[in-house]
Amino acid sequence: MCDIRVVPLGAGQDVGRSCILVSIGGKNLMLDCGMHMGYNDERRFPDFSYINKEGPLTDYLDCVIISHFHLDHCGALPYMSEMVGFDGPIYMTHPTKAICPILLEDYRKITVERKGETNFFTSEMIKSCMKKTIAMNLHQTIQVDDELEIKAYYAGHVLGAAMIHIRVGEQSVVYTGDYNMTPDRHLGAAWIDRCRPDLLITESTYATTIRDSKRCRERDFLKKVHDAVDKGGKVLIPVFALGRAQELCILLETYWDRMNLKVPIYFSMGLTEKANHYYKMFITWTNQKIKNTFVQRNMFDFKHIKPFDKVYADNPGPMVVFATPGMLHGGLSLQIFKKWCGGEKNMVIMPGYCVSGTIGWKILNGQRKIEMENKQIIEVKMSVQYMSFSAHADAKGIMQLIRQCQPSNVMLVHGEAEKMEFLKTKINEEFGISCFNPANGETVSIEARHGIPVDISLNLLKREPAKSASGLPEPKRSRLLHGALVMREQAMKLVEPREAMKELGLNEHDVRFTSTLTITDNDSVAEMAEKLMKIFRESAQQHSLQQSSDGSISIADSVLVKVSESDENDKSVLLSWSLQDEELGSHLLKIIKTKFPTAC
Amino acid sequence: MKLYCLSGHTSRPCFVLRFKGTTIMLDCSLDVSTLLHFLPLPLIQGGRLCELPGWSPAAPGAQRLDEELCECSGRVFVDSEPEFAIPELDMMDMSEVDVLLISNYHCMMALPFLTEYTNFRGVVYATEPTLHLGRLYMEELVDYIQQCPSQKRASKWKRQLNYLPPPLREAIRPSEWRQIYSKHDIDSSLAKICCVGFNEIKDIFGALKATPVSSGYAIGSCNWILTSHHHKISYLSGTSTLTTHPRPMEKSPLKDSDILIMSSLTQIPMANPDVKIGEFCVNAATTLKNGGNVLVPCYPSGITYDLFECLSSHLDTIGLGGVPLYFISPVAASSLAYSNIYAEWLSSGKQSKVYLPEPPFPHAELIRSNRLKHYPGLHEGFNKEIRSPCIVFTGHPSLRFGNVVHFLEIWGKSSSNTIIFTEPDFGYLEALAPHQPLHMKVSYCPIDTSLSFSQANKLIRELHPQHIVTPDQYTAPPVMMPHCTDLVIDPEYHPLTFKKAEVLTLPIKREFEQLDLDPQLAESLRPTEVRPGLAVAMLSGSLVSRDNHFKLTPAFNPVDNPLHFSEETKPSPLVKPVTSPTYLWGNLDVFELRDSLHQKGLMDAKVENVPNGFIIHIPSEDTLIQIDQTSTHIMCSNEILRNKIKESLIKCLAKI
Repeated sequence: MCDIRVVPLGAGQDVGRSCILVSIGGKNLMLDCGMHMGYNDERRFPDFSYINKEGPLTDYLDCVIISHFHLDHCGALPYMSEMVGFDGPIYMTHPTKAICPILLEDYRKITVERKGETNFFTSEMIKSCMKKTIAMNLHQTIQVDDELEIKAYYAGHVLGAAMIHIRVGEQSVVYTGDYNMTPDRHLGAAWIDRCRPDLLITESTYATTIRDSKRCRERDFLKKVHDAVDKGGKVLIPVFALGRAQELCILLETYWDRMNLKVPIYFSMGLTEKANHYYKMFITWTNQKIKNTFVQRNMFDFKHIKPFDKVYADNPGPMVVFATPGMLHGGLSLQIFKKWCGGEKNMVIMPGYCVSGTIGWKILNGQRKIEMENKQIIEVKMSVQYMSFSAHADAKGIMQLIRQCQPSNVMLVHGEAEKMEFLKTKINEEFGISCFNPANGETVSIEARHGIPVDISLNLLKREPAKSASGLPEPKRSRLLHGALVMREQAMKLVEPREAMKELGLNEHDVRFTSTLTITDNDSVAEMAEKLMKIFRESAQQHSLQQSSDGSISIADSVLVKVSESDENDKSVLLSWSLQDEELGSHLLKIIKTKFPTAC
Repeated sequence: MKLYCLSGHTSRPCFVLRFKGTTIMLDCSLDVSTLLHFLPLPLIQGGRLCELPGWSPAAPGAQRLDEELCECSGRVFVDSEPEFAIPELDMMDMSEVDVLLISNYHCMMALPFLTEYTNFRGVVYATEPTLHLGRLYMEELVDYIQQCPSQKRASKWKRQLNYLPPPLREAIRPSEWRQIYSKHDIDSSLAKICCVGFNEIKDIFGALKATPVSSGYAIGSCNWILTSHHHKISYLSGTSTLTTHPRPMEKSPLKDSDILIMSSLTQIPMANPDVKIGEFCVNAATTLKNGGNVLVPCYPSGITYDLFECLSSHLDTIGLGGVPLYFISPVAASSLAYSNIYAEWLSSGKQSKVYLPEPPFPHAELIRSNRLKHYPGLHEGFNKEIRSPCIVFTGHPSLRFGNVVHFLEIWGKSSSNTIIFTEPDFGYLEALAPHQPLHMKVSYCPIDTSLSFSQANKLIRELHPQHIVTPDQYTAPPVMMPHCTDLVIDPEYHPLTFKKAEVLTLPIKREFEQLDLDPQLAESLRPTEVRPGLAVAMLSGSLVSRDNHFKLTPAFNPVDNPLHFSEETKPSPLVKPVTSPTYLWGNLDVFELRDSLHQKGLMDAKVENVPNGFIIHIPSEDTLIQIDQTSTHIMCSNEILRNKIKESLIKCLAKI
């Protein structure tokens, strides 16, 4: 058995371009294949030359698994499969398979058409990449090949987000992707069974945060939006097209309904509208409440939220606009931001995590003067608000997941190094298991020793408990088992030694010992036997003792003791046992000798 | 291994399997064929059905039954709330059932009888669509029966079967028939279901693993595979190899089973579903062209979706695209809504539509364009909106209750209208009998996508099971077609057969169980090679069993040692591994043993020939060694000497 080896190509002590290589039981897997939003050069993609210096990866990887559709988890996929080259299977859930190509196309457009980059993947490449994908269902055990098995669990981070259980033989790894342990307005909570993997690779975005209750944050968010529009301000909410956007829409929709507000809410056109269709069709992936009520009313049919048009941005009066992308790193949200950032009454609410280097990150860090790509410097006068709505597990959630699946080792990825250190100590303390947080390119090796499966004959398995002293089966206690392990080529079976010899064509040579002791004693034969019984009862208490009608005693069904009259005052004690019971037999002999000094 | 057969209806199965200490129920179906003995329940009190003459046996000594029985067109019907035959749940103690595995929504209709009216406490597994669509089937059934105003109960006839004319006379144990459950029963029963996905492996007490694999018959329908480390039992329920809307059948996991239980083959062995769906479209179109209305008795899901799809596109091609389709059922809206969200459970063609994103079924578009309209019942606006000619899809296919009874009354008088039967559960003549005389045209296009006999035989060949288990009925041609000798399970497979209420002992012999050998213990093994590629090693360890998983770990003295003696004689407290007992084999050369004893200083050891072997005598020590072909008996009271002899003997033989 070899160790499990893991190397992060991305997301090692970092957030962005998640890409983790796992070698388990002779199989190599790539978990996620994301891009980094903080970079525009070659650093935006994982360094695939680590796997193969030059040329395609097909021969080096057994499969690729994508946990969810966020670009930092799938953004490099067409580059990897079409430009570097990979023809093996790519697994993802149905919703991910449906939504991922749309986000990739959107990403490609921004990069190629807006930023004018060449040497980027094309629409055709996205299509041919998606042809290599195989859809997974939740909890379905997929046999990638004869040995490699994968299974998806609900992760609750975005629609279709999954945690992946990977198994080869007895070794197993769980990769969480991004997950959320508390149900929100449209998704359920992540859940995994007690699968006891050798290694749990978990995200740790909020490694040090313990967030207050969701209700408080929601109330806070609604209050901020309401106050801003009351004052006549415009509210910009940069979001990713799918996920948080739907949750916040449900939130605002119900609030607007309840408060009878008339201020327009817009949703940036096209992509997001289409996104809502996906939510309608993948209702089975949302939370229980939405599932239960979808026949009467599909939650994703919004009444108050209208599609956005660019000209609306210049309309007077208050409004709320959801626009993509979520970190203000380009696209419509950045355009609107530039228009509105000078207005003091306006507000931008960042509902999620921002990767360092993005404009979202800069304003959240308090920068009020921001340099744009064209060297133009803009001043931010609008109010900047941060709401932690991104659906990642917090420290409590991560600990909860560890408790759920009971891993032997934990590895932290998708987080910041210092925060990881804190969580690492906590995991060490609370669970007493090793915790790793490798940097990109750093290998972690985990020793995973497991039992070897062997066939055991039922005769042997069922015969043994009958020998226990009490005579009652004791299923909970461990018991001693003697057998012969027959190894024929690769197959191993454990049988009764005599059965094994018969099968192997070996003629057993049975060996028995008989020793006779003469003891000088006045007791009758029966009294003597009774004495011996008492001795055995004390000194061989783990064994069954039986006295048959002729007075002979049998211990553990194997050693026979018989008392008979030899002379007037002498009794002869005969002990007989087989070679297999040599230990017990010779021991009993010794005991009798100790108890009866006259014995010879 | 034992198989209890709780149902006698080949397509409405219910089994209990006992294996490896677990008790597993397979399906829990309701036999609805009993409905045909009952008089239809009209939606509105009065009318023709209430005026039918009573019937009473003329034989002397018989009780009068005209309160309970009615006669219509030469047949006798029971005038009562309809009753159903449930599985033989009293064949065993239901509290012993650990798990119930459900294959598809047709096979769970008796679930409330099991969970609410017996002491069943097990876990129920079903796929998510099976749960939700099954709920719709149950709710529709209960709705239809409860919405009828008068609820009579008849029981006297059950005690006088001998006086009754056939087919009522042939009713099997009608005293066991039950009235339908309540809505509350449905909710509480279905709450006990745990959802599973295709290919999700469910552990049953560590003894067995149950896995559902797609069966291609309905949305979410599955076949169940039970595996232990050494055996595989496959249970085939409703299965289809045709391409319709559900996800295709998965065959490979069923291969090489030890036991293949095969039920639910087609109920209409002579009809080809493709031909029949074609006939259905043509017959419907002909009636519509002539200005008549078409009535299609149907269930709220399943083939009904295919009928919408085929019929609407057929009508388009012949220029009847404007004809409205009405789908009337208390669960119509839910059924259509659910059909849109189960992409993962559909054929790949339908599935790929969701990626666009478009609804998987074309009926979503038919609804959007107002061609297909659905109503919960006849009162809610339907009467105002109905336009003729039209097609109405409604239940119940037995024609004993539901909106279909009403349509038969209003459309039955005109020969320009047509009723088209598509569901295979009921014979159309029997279904129509209490509605006679009818003038409307009758067309019988039964569509059963389940396996035909030739498909089943071909499948068995492919799957190559050790043993086949099928209902008794599948080994002889159908009663109505005794000359069709090909409508059987090929006798060359030697199927084991069962009848209702029988218990079968299945030929599975368990010889091995899986054990986890501790790696440390494995490393300590010293195998002896007996022949190239064949080795043996003695193994002693401490056996731990938990949840039916066995593990062998190193055993140590003195803790685990059987030689746990009292204080004074306790050997050393040092922990050392338990040694394995020694076994000797081979032929003993007596003279070699003697020589070895001589070398150890026992110069007076002498070999004597005796019948059956030898004796080595050591007179100086009063020691005797009896030797024959297969054994040696050492009689020696001197421990030091005995050990010497033992050592010599071990040297002269091979050991493991």
